[in-house]
Order: sequence, then structure tokens, then C-alpha cells
Amino acid sequence: MRNVTLKREWVLGWLLLLPSMVLLFAFTHIPAVTTFLNSFYSTPRGRRAAKFIGAENYERMLGDPVFWQVLWNNLWFALGTIPVSIALALVMALWVNDRLAGRGFVRMAYFTPTVLPMIAVANIWLFFYTPGFGLFDQITGTLFGWPATNYLGSPETALNAVIVVTVWKEAGFFMIFYLAALQSIPQSLKEAAQIEGANRWTIFWRITFPLLMPTTLFVSVNAVINSFRLVDHIFILTDGGPNNASALLLFHIYEVAFQHWETAYAATLTVALLLILCLLAIGQFFFVDRKVHYK
Amino acid sequence: MTGASPFSYDRLLNTVAAWALALLWILPLAYAVWTAIHPAAYEARFDLLAPLTLENFVKAWQAAPFARYFLNTVLLVTMVLAGQFLLCTLAAYAFARFTFPGRNILFTLVLLQLLVMPDILMVENYKTMRLLDLVDTIPAIALPYVASGFGIFLLRQTFMTIPRELDDAARVEGASALGVLWRVYIPLAKPTYLAYGLISISHHWNNFLWPLIVTNSVETRPVTVGLSVFSAIDSGVEWSVINAATLMTSGPLLIAFLLFQRQFVQSFMRAGIK
Repeated sequence: MRNVTLKREWVLGWLLLLPSMVLLFAFTHIPAVTTFLNSFYSTPRGRRAAKFIGAENYERMLGDPVFWQVLWNNLWFALGTIPVSIALALVMALWVNDRLAGRGFVRMAYFTPTVLPMIAVANIWLFFYTPGFGLFDQITGTLFGWPATNYLGSPETALNAVIVVTVWKEAGFFMIFYLAALQSIPQSLKEAAQIEGANRWTIFWRITFPLLMPTTLFVSVNAVINSFRLVDHIFILTDGGPNNASALLLFHIYEVAFQHWETAYAATLTVALLLILCLLAIGQFFFVDRKVHYK
Repeated sequence: MTGASPFSYDRLLNTVAAWALALLWILPLAYAVWTAIHPAAYEARFDLLAPLTLENFVKAWQAAPFARYFLNTVLLVTMVLAGQFLLCTLAAYAFARFTFPGRNILFTLVLLQLLVMPDILMVENYKTMRLLDLVDTIPAIALPYVASGFGIFLLRQTFMTIPRELDDAARVEGASALGVLWRVYIPLAKPTYLAYGLISISHHWNNFLWPLIVTNSVETRPVTVGLSVFSAIDSGVEWSVINAATLMTSGPLLIAFLLFQRQFVQSFMRAGIK
């Protein structure tokens, strides 16, 4: 009798899962596997079917200067956006958590960019960066008399200009997580420290900051994944240019797949991206584990 | 507690800095609003007394089929949300309250989607859509996101906090497994549904890359893709009109956010903590 109810529970569990699993496999797991398989084949063209070419795509990728540049750009993009947006998010959260005059407005100002579509954000900033005419050039022109600068059009500044936009968009989002964490820190801890004569600076570094460590790690995980996933604004701001100076890996995959139609090579690049994401996940898993013990 | 005078000096400094950053942060948006509601002649000239106009919005609305784009986005967002609520609820219920072989492996596979989003696998997903003959349809944009690993995870966490006694009590009264889900679990998880709903809506309203790939006609494009098409052929279009279009496409979400600010912020918090 018991056996029968157990079996029924199994079947019911599987049935409940079935629709989700079908879609998950169809659009995540199976494509991941076929991407891997296709990376060992040539791109089918017209009547010429794909044929097995071993590691040729990988050899091409490793010898491709554009691949290395894009990878390097992505690294620089991650290093440029993550620490700055996390630090800003923390400062914002500390301020908004305080009893500040006009707190509602300040919080709204910080958080609003998060709700805007990345495409809209890019459009707004594109106008800012317009040479000679945009707000940046107007300010630097009247204040310091600088000549018109094409921030998005020159290889030295294009990626940095993209980084600024990303920080603006993401800091408010990360602020929310810090805000949640700050509100869960018991007030008594701070009061105890105050009685001991600790000033705000000491309280922050000795109490608040260590207690926020799990949040910092959580936010970092999100930020790192985002830095490999967030490419919408590049379509508007620079289109990867000039000369791939601001192209990121996922954007490059899009170009190779849907502009050059080299799907097999795009699959190879996708494998590289998946590998990076997996390595990051594994690395962070161990790192987070260690830190949680410390807590 | 805050009576001492050096303390309030510190407070003043913090308040000023917080406000300065806030003004800096709102500036890009404020500037976009400024250019959108003034004639093109004032787009780079700051004059408080410049005449106000809605002309830019009218121009943008007429220059591109934004009405259709909005309809597409609303359809898309509704489709995704309805699908996610249904499928994620069932899957989360299974993971939270049933024991069956393969549960842990399947749950790991679900979590894997948090790392490998469907956007990353766009090449293969595009091939799948071609195989299903769904390219350039709204379901094609929605389908890869319907079984959301994040949604399943979030709802499972919520369902697991619901006391089993409630579950048992409903069963004693003769409710079936689905009846219990409907009468006990879903009502008690309402805040999570609200949080997840807001996140899902804002995410899919703003989503760009996959819709860009899988659509190629006015009848299917969501507003984000429509906006990028509109501002890409910008040779003749004025900045003030582009800014008006930009505000228009983000408008509904922005207004919703301003009205339900607290719910939005709390939703994002709730989703982040768990």
C-alpha cells in the first residue's frame, strides 16, 4: 500500500516538472550540448553540409587577434565596472539608510536608471557624448576650453565611455541588496560600539563592512555574470567600434553569427564564453564557501 | 542621540554629498526630458523660459509604428509572465514538496540556467526556432524564458517555508495535490509572485538581444528593438525626437516605478536575499 502511494508521488512529481523540464532542455541544455558539438564542424553553406573538422575552429580562435582583443576588452570592462559600481552602491546604500533630508528623492534618483531599458539608457548617453554638441563637450568646453572630443569614436576612450554608462545603470541595482542587508544589521551592535566610544568610521570598518561581506560576494557574482551578458548598449553606443575597441565577447558572437553567418565559429566562441562562466562559477563557489565559514 | 554638534556637521556633509550624487545620477534622465519637451532649437541651449511643447512626442509617434511596438511588447510580457507563473509554480511545487528519484539532479539542472541564460545560446536557439517555423513571431521571443530557473528557485524557496501542517490539514479535508497547491501554497506565496512578476515584467520589457535576433518585421518587434531601429536610421531625425521616443518607450515602466516605488524596491530586495 505504502509502495503504491510512493510511486504515485513519484509520477506526480515528474508530471509537475515535465513542462518546465521540456522547455529548459529545449532552450538551455540541449543547445549548450549542440553548441559544443557544432564547434567541431564547419559552417554549412548552401548545399554544402557541415563536415567534421576537429579542432580547426579552436585553432582559428586562438590565432584570431580579434578574439583576444574582445576577451581583453571584456576583462577591462569587468574590472572597470564591477569595483566602481559596487563601491558606489555601498555608499549609496549607507546614505539612503541614514535619516537623510529628502531620502525618498535621493533613493529614487539612485534607483531609476535600473528600471530604464538598456537601449533607452544608451540613447540618452549617446546624446551626452555627441562631439561638440553633447553635454560633455559643452561642459568641458565652457569650463576648460577643451576642443570637441569624440569619446565614442576614438579607440582610447570608447570602452571607457561604455563603462561609465554601465556603472550608471548598475550601481542603483546593487544598492538595493546592500540596503536590504543594512536593514538586517541589529541596531544594538552599533549602539554598543557607540557607547564604547567608536566613531562612525570605526563602526563602518569594524562592524558594518564585515557584516556586509556575504552581500558583497553575492553582488560580485551578479556583477561578473552581468559583465559577460550585458551588451545591449553596445549596439547603440559604438556598435563594437572603432575597430573592435569596444566589442565584448557576447557582442562579437552576435556579429560572427548573425552578420557574417559563420555559425560554427560562433559556436566555438560560445564554448569559450560558457567555459569562462563555468570557471567563474566554480571559483566563486569556493571563494564564497570560504568566506561564509569566516562569517 | 544626535545632539552633539560635531555629529551634525558630519551629517550635513553626508547630506550634501548624497544630494550631489543624486542630482548627478538623475541628470542624464532630466536632460533627456528637457530636450524632449522643448523645440529642437533648444536641445543644446539651456534656457528656463524656453517654450514647452509635446511636438517631439507627436513626431516620434508618427515617424515609426510605436503603437504596434507597444502592443507587441505588452503581448510578449503577458505571454512570458503567464507562462512563467504556470510552469514555475508547478515545478517549484514538485521540488518543494515531492520526493522522487532524480530530484536533486533535476534541480541542479534548473539552477544551471541561472548561469547559462538563453541569450548566450542564441545561435542554437535561433536554429531551433527556424526548425519550429517560429522565427519572427512573438512566441519565439517568449519561449526560451518561460521555464525560468530563477522563478523556479524563488518559488521553491517560498513554498518550503510554508508549514506542512497546513498542507496536511487541506489533504485531510480531501483536497488533491493540485487543490492544495491552489488553495494553500499559491495564496500564501502572493508577495513572492508580486516580486517575481515585477522583476519579470521589467526584464522582458527591457530585453533586447534575443528579440533583435528572432524578429524582423514591424508586426513582431518589441519597443526596445523598435527604438533601436528608429534611432539607427537617425540621419534625418532630430535628437529631441529621438529623446522623446526614448522616454516614450521607457515611460510606462518608469511611471509604474514612480507610482509603486516601494513595491519595486522591496521586490528586488526580496528576490535578491533568497
